[in-house]
Amino acid sequence: MSGTVKKDPIDWNAALKEMLSGGITRTILSVILGFAVGAFFMIVSNKEFLQSIGFFFADPLASLRAASDVVGAGYGALIKGSVYNSAAASLEGSIRPLTETLRLAGPLIAAGLGIGLGFRVGLFNIGGTGQLVSGLIWATFVATRLELPPVIHFVVAIIAAIVGSTLVGAFVGFLKARTGANEVITTIMLNYIIVSFFNFLLLDNNLLQGATAGGHTKSDPAFDTARLPGLLGDSFALNLGFALSLIAVVIYWWLMERSTIGFRLRAVGFNASAAKTAGINVEGTYVLALGLSAAFVGIAAANQALSSTGGVTPTTHAGIGFDAITVALLGGSSASGVLLAGLLFGAFKAGSSAIQIEGISPDVLGIVQGAIVLFIAAPPLIRAIFRLPPPQTTSMLSALRSKLFGRGGK
Amino acid sequence: MSTETKKEVRESRKTPVVMGSLATVILFFFGILGKPATVSFELTGVRELVQLPNLDVPSNLLGTSAGVLLLAITGFVAWQVRKNIRPSIWFSLVFGAIALVALLGWLAAGAVVPVAFILGSALVLAVPIILGAMAGVMSERVGVVNIAIEGQLLTGAFVASVVSTLTGNQIIGILSAMITAALFSAVLAVFAVRFMAQQIIVGVVLNVLAIGITNFLYQQWVTEDESATNSPGTLPIIHVPFLSDIPIVGPVLFQNRITVFLAIGIVVVLWFVLFKTKLGLRARAVGENPLAADTVGINVSRTRFWWVTVGGLLAGLGGAALTIGSSGSFGREMSGGLGFIALAVVILGRWHPGYATAAALLFGFSIILRIWANQVSPGIPTSFITMVPYIVTIIAVVGFVGRSRPPAADGIPYVKG
Repeated sequence: MSGTVKKDPIDWNAALKEMLSGGITRTILSVILGFAVGAFFMIVSNKEFLQSIGFFFADPLASLRAASDVVGAGYGALIKGSVYNSAAASLEGSIRPLTETLRLAGPLIAAGLGIGLGFRVGLFNIGGTGQLVSGLIWATFVATRLELPPVIHFVVAIIAAIVGSTLVGAFVGFLKARTGANEVITTIMLNYIIVSFFNFLLLDNNLLQGATAGGHTKSDPAFDTARLPGLLGDSFALNLGFALSLIAVVIYWWLMERSTIGFRLRAVGFNASAAKTAGINVEGTYVLALGLSAAFVGIAAANQALSSTGGVTPTTHAGIGFDAITVALLGGSSASGVLLAGLLFGAFKAGSSAIQIEGISPDVLGIVQGAIVLFIAAPPLIRAIFRLPPPQTTSMLSALRSKLFGRGGK
Repeated sequence: MSTETKKEVRESRKTPVVMGSLATVILFFFGILGKPATVSFELTGVRELVQLPNLDVPSNLLGTSAGVLLLAITGFVAWQVRKNIRPSIWFSLVFGAIALVALLGWLAAGAVVPVAFILGSALVLAVPIILGAMAGVMSERVGVVNIAIEGQLLTGAFVASVVSTLTGNQIIGILSAMITAALFSAVLAVFAVRFMAQQIIVGVVLNVLAIGITNFLYQQWVTEDESATNSPGTLPIIHVPFLSDIPIVGPVLFQNRITVFLAIGIVVVLWFVLFKTKLGLRARAVGENPLAADTVGINVSRTRFWWVTVGGLLAGLGGAALTIGSSGSFGREMSGGLGFIALAVVILGRWHPGYATAAALLFGFSIILRIWANQVSPGIPTSFITMVPYIVTIIAVVGFVGRSRPPAADGIPYVKG
């Protein structure tokens, strides 16, 4: 190699080092480690394995076999339930898991973008749940109490969901801007307040409770005109919600990377006092950022409210507001990262029933999810475990990239 | 607090404004529009040694007098603010207590209020919140934001229940719960101190992990045979001789499980250590100005690590109070957000063990109030009673403690230069 270095401007060694020290390598390794932690829990809670431990020294292979069996069964079921079901009789059946993954990933991606936007501005929006439920309230009102023509109906309902969520986020931003109230506390408190309020609305049939709900907290099913249309026909549950999330990814990318607003947001996130000195209205930016953050969560709310054929219940939010935090963290708050992270965690949701059938509690996926993000949160830890080089500041990787893709290179 | 006489900025008018609006609401709705039916405050139970007569008051009269009294407090606070004196936090506490009595009187118009039962239950329900908040105070005072209290409570609850059942010894159960939660907390400490990770992120993630791990073990293993793994029973109730016979105070404070006594003791000890000892002074220095602390020879990393970890011991005890101190068995995600409430309580209580305990009692009170209000006046939508403490927290964060300041270095990793 040394012979070519003189002519070639690219130092392959430095490029490799930079790649290894970069965020993508770390993310991949974190995901692998997360799955390893999940495997550990599956193994130590497995009966066959625990029995084989008793005669480990007589037959060590039995333990290994039991361990690999349970891990294989667990993650095998995850793939079967979320990507491709080779056992299904028809093509429809075999790709259904993949469409389910996309369906469940949709709201995670949208809400993850919202939380990620907050992170980029240095704000911790823990209020995804409250904002999502507020969106649910507005969308459910439009979807069950107003009669509008087809298409217009679901469009109005989607807008209502986004507005409902945005108002809550902007309110938090307003409180922060005016009084300095810490958004972590106000968003957590608003989660409880809005969920209680939703319960109240769902218990009164003059408000949002359904006609047949009896004493239960349940709304009427959305009018057919308000329901999001399917993307792949009636045999799949995948609907417009996923497309909306993809559009949200593009908007987010443009907003954060290309627009003036995005520049303002990132400037405040990078250094609020410097931004202030530069003439940026930091308080106004907080209101804007939390409002926009919640607007993306509102897309997830529309998805939840307008997808189900039954009515909306207090559990319709499905913990998405909280999962979105892990999605945003895993995705590094970038558009493409959140998309991929949302797909991964969507796959976890889609695969959980298949894992249950294997006799393994799907809660193991919660452990995997937590472990992955824990490793992500501490770059030095991953570097220490895998002996990766410290962050590199050479420009070799971009030089390599431009050489390979021929843009702006020599 | 009120001794600061020289101030450049004017005292905020938010406190009297918020107080005034609340007082007006109470005077108007509970007083003028209140029901004339008599409400009876039952001070002593039937079987108690010393008997006190019940206090009977018409509900609307109680509401009116409470409203007037609250307006008077508001007036005094407004006068202080005009004079640029910072009102003591005690005014807020007394204000809150009177408002709660008015609420009780309004809810129970025509019924009996079992005072001792409500106060005692509020204390028991507040114990996990108090201990969680003490964990929060310990870690935030040294500059580590602790969002993971929820996870520590949950871990403690799980371990206390399972270990007590397996060993048949509740004390071993409590100790294991404390140690496990402390180890859990040590993870936060290591990530925050050694790896300089974003503390709020690590906290959120640790909660996800605690929920995931307890759910998984519960589903996979505990539910197989609940009687062999998850039926520890509850701790015995200790009657303190003589003291437990005092009316009201006795049943509320001196007839309790050991977890309650420990919680009260811990609050006092933590207050003493934090504000009256060299150890506490050093810890606060680390939280306020780690560079200065480092300069005078305090080991910032070690202080942070130990305070956060020992805080975990307390949260673990709080978790144990949830299972063997109260319900008698573990349930899925049974901490149900108490850890987040503890976090709010830390801020409401201005990072002070005593005030935080008062705030935690408010939450305990609201929980028992919701349960009890359902029985006395079923017409009232309990959703709104559920909301009250959360709304109070927001009002407090916005109006009362908006200007109170967390430890200056809270949440910032310290890089030794």
